[in-house]
Amino acid sequence: MKKGLNLLIRNGHIVDPSQGIDGKGDVLVEDGRISDVRLRPPEPEPPVGPGIEIIDAEGLYVLPGLVDMHVHLREPGYEHKETIRTGTTAAVRGGFTAVCCMPNTKPVNDNETVTEFILRKAYAEGACYVYTIGAITKGQKGEELAEMGMMRDAGCVAFSDDGLPVSKSLLMRRALEYSKVFGVPVISHAEDLSLSAGGVMNEGALSVRLGLRGIPAEAEIIMIKRDIELAALTGGRLHIAHVSTAGGVAAVREAKRAGIDVTAETCPHYFTLTEEAVAGYNTNAKMNPPLRTERDVEAVKEGLADGTLDVIATDHAPHHMDEKLCEFDRAASGISGLETALPLCLRLVDEGVLSMSGLVEKTALNPSRITGIGKGSLRRGSTADIVLLDRDREFTVDAEGFASMGRNTPFDGWRLKGVPVAVICKGRVHENG
Amino acid sequence: MGETGRQLRSKDIVGIKDLSREEIELILDTAVGFKDVLRRDIKKVPTLRGKTVVNLFFEPSTRTRTSFELAAKRLSTDVINFSVSASSVVKGESLIDTATAIQALGADVVIIRHSSSGVPHLLADHLNASVINAGDGINEHPTQALLDAFTIMERFGGISGLSIAIVGDILHSRVAKSNIYCLRTLGADVRLIGPPTLIPEGLFDPDIEVFHSMEEGLGDVDVVMMLRIQMERQDTGFFPTTDEYFRLWGLTRERLALARPDAVVMHPGPMNRGIEIVSDVADSPQSVILDQVTNGIAVRMAVLYLLSGARSGG
Repeated sequence: MKKGLNLLIRNGHIVDPSQGIDGKGDVLVEDGRISDVRLRPPEPEPPVGPGIEIIDAEGLYVLPGLVDMHVHLREPGYEHKETIRTGTTAAVRGGFTAVCCMPNTKPVNDNETVTEFILRKAYAEGACYVYTIGAITKGQKGEELAEMGMMRDAGCVAFSDDGLPVSKSLLMRRALEYSKVFGVPVISHAEDLSLSAGGVMNEGALSVRLGLRGIPAEAEIIMIKRDIELAALTGGRLHIAHVSTAGGVAAVREAKRAGIDVTAETCPHYFTLTEEAVAGYNTNAKMNPPLRTERDVEAVKEGLADGTLDVIATDHAPHHMDEKLCEFDRAASGISGLETALPLCLRLVDEGVLSMSGLVEKTALNPSRITGIGKGSLRRGSTADIVLLDRDREFTVDAEGFASMGRNTPFDGWRLKGVPVAVICKGRVHENG
Repeated sequence: MGETGRQLRSKDIVGIKDLSREEIELILDTAVGFKDVLRRDIKKVPTLRGKTVVNLFFEPSTRTRTSFELAAKRLSTDVINFSVSASSVVKGESLIDTATAIQALGADVVIIRHSSSGVPHLLADHLNASVINAGDGINEHPTQALLDAFTIMERFGGISGLSIAIVGDILHSRVAKSNIYCLRTLGADVRLIGPPTLIPEGLFDPDIEVFHSMEEGLGDVDVVMMLRIQMERQDTGFFPTTDEYFRLWGLTRERLALARPDAVVMHPGPMNRGIEIVSDVADSPQSVILDQVTNGIAVRMAVLYLLSGARSGG
C-alpha cells in the first residue's frame, strides 16, 4: 500500500488542454501523483484495488488545479491583512492549487533570505503550493537591480516590482537583459507614475462627476508600449501584469504579431466590472489599475478570446477593513479575489468568450508554462493537484465567510455559479460544501 | 416662513447632484424668510434652540466656517468648532472615529469640510446626525451654489434662461461643479471659460459650451462667475505663470464690457486681486460679491432649518 494519496476520480468531465483532453473519464491517483487518465472507461471497469478512495465525479468537471501567478500573500510584514496560511487556504477554496506571490512584503522580497522565509513558511503552513516572485530592484525603489541570481537559486520563478513600475527605462532595460541568464519572465506593473499621480479611479466623465482625480488609460498604455520596445531591444522575456485597457490589449496583440517575446495577464474584475462600480465612493471598487469603461471590458474579453491575453490571474490584494473604511483618496487599492475568481471566469464560458478548455489554459496551463513551475496539467507523473468543479452550483458571495482575511470585494452579495466542491492538493482532499 | 410643510427628502445635504429642482427651490424660498431676520435689529430666532451644530473642518477656512457658525447662532443653536489640524490626522485617528465621537457628544448636525471627495457621503452613511457638505475635495460645495443661485435670483428675479459664464479652474473647483449642477437644474444656460488644461473637453453635459477665450465666451452673458485660482491645489503645469493667466483669462473692465450692460460679477472669495479679477471690477456696482457673503448666512440658516425638519419628520 503506497503511503501517499490514492484515489479514483470516477466519471467526471475531464478538461486538460495540456493533453488535448475534454471528455468524460476517470483520473487515477497513486501515491500522490497522477498515474492515469482514462477517457470513456472501458466496459467492464477494472476492479478497484484496496486502499483506493473512490470519488464520484458524476456531473462535475475534473480540472488540473488552477495556478494563480499574481497574488499578494502579505507575509512577512503585513500579517494584519493576510498570512501565507490564510491566503493559501483562500486559494484552495477558490480552486487554486498553486500561487505565485509578489514581493511587496515587509521587508521586500529582494533577496534569498526573504525568499527562503516565505518558501519555508509555505511548505509548513501553506494549503497549496507557493512560488515566489522576487523584486526587480532593491527595496522596489526602482534604482538598483536586486540579486536575481541568488533569488533564482533560492526558488524565485519570476521577477517583478509589482505595486510599482520600474520607472527608469534604463533600469528596465537592464533587468530584461540580465534576466536572460535565468530564463525567467520579468513581470511589468505598467504604470506611468507621472500620468497617474494623485489619481484614484479611471479618468473620464465619471471621475469628474464624482470629483475624484483620474488615472488616464494612457498611463498604462504608454508603459506597456515602452516595455514591449525594451523586450524587443533586449530579447528578454516580458510578462505584462493586470492589463485593463483596450489600448494595452492592442499593444500586446501587435507585439505578438511582430514576434516579440511577451505574454500578458488580466484579472476577473477587468472583464466583469466597469468604473461605474466606484459610484457612491465604494472603496471596494478601488484598485490599481482602476476599473475602466465598457469599451475596455470588451477589449479585454476579445484579448482573452483571441489569445492576446494568455493568463487570468487574480491580483489577490487583501486589506484590513480599516484600510477600506475611510475616505476614498486614502483607501488601499485592491480586492480579495481568490474566492470569486473561478465563478467569474465561468461567466466567460457562458458568454462564449472561452471554451472550458480555453479557460483552463488561461487559469492553469499558461500561468504554469510562463513561470515554469510544471503544474496546470493532469499528465501522468504530475503531482495530484486536481479541482472538481460543480459548474452549476449557485451561491451568494459572502465576504464575511471568506477564508481570506481580506473581506474587501465589490462582489459581496453577488449571486454566482460555479463551486470547486473538492480540491486535491499537497496530499489532501479539501471539500467545499 | 410661509412654506406649506414641504421638506427635504434626505437627512443630509452632501451634493447638489442629489437635490431635485423642488428641493433647491424650497431651500431658496426658505432663505428669503431668513434674510428678513438678518435685516432686523435683533438678528436671532429661537427656532432651533437646544440643537447642537458641529463645524468639523479638516481644511482651513474662515469665511465658510464663520458663515455657518453665524447661521447656526442666529437660529439659537449651540455651535462647536472642530478645526482638525494636520497633526491630528497624522496622529492617526480615523475619520469615522472622529465623527462618531462627535456624534456621541450630542451633535445634531455635522458640517464637514475635507480635502477628500466623498467624505460627506461616508459620514452621512455612518452618522445619525445630519451631514452638510461644506466642501469635499474637488467634488462639491452645495451651500455655495445655493447662495450663488439665491444672489442671482435676487438680482434677476429668476434663473431660467439666463446666460451664465463660469471662468477659471473648473476641473479642481467644487464651487464650479456645484454651480454647474445647480444652475443647469434651474434652467440656466451655462458656459465655461478657461485654459484647456483646466476644462477638459467632453466631460460635462454636452449643452454646456466650453470656451478657451474670454473674448469669445463673455458675449452677452448675464452673469460672470469668477473662480479663485487655487494655488495650493495646483499640480504643476496647468498654466505657465499667473501673469500669463491674468493676461488671457483675467476679468478686466474691457472684458466685462462684452457682457450685457446689466451683467453681474460674482466670486466665491477669497479673491486674488490682479490674477483672476481686477480691483476696478471687483469693487464696481456690477459686483455682487458682498451680497453673496450676506446671502450665505440666510441660505445656510435655511439649510439648517430644513434639515432639522427632515430629521424630526417635519
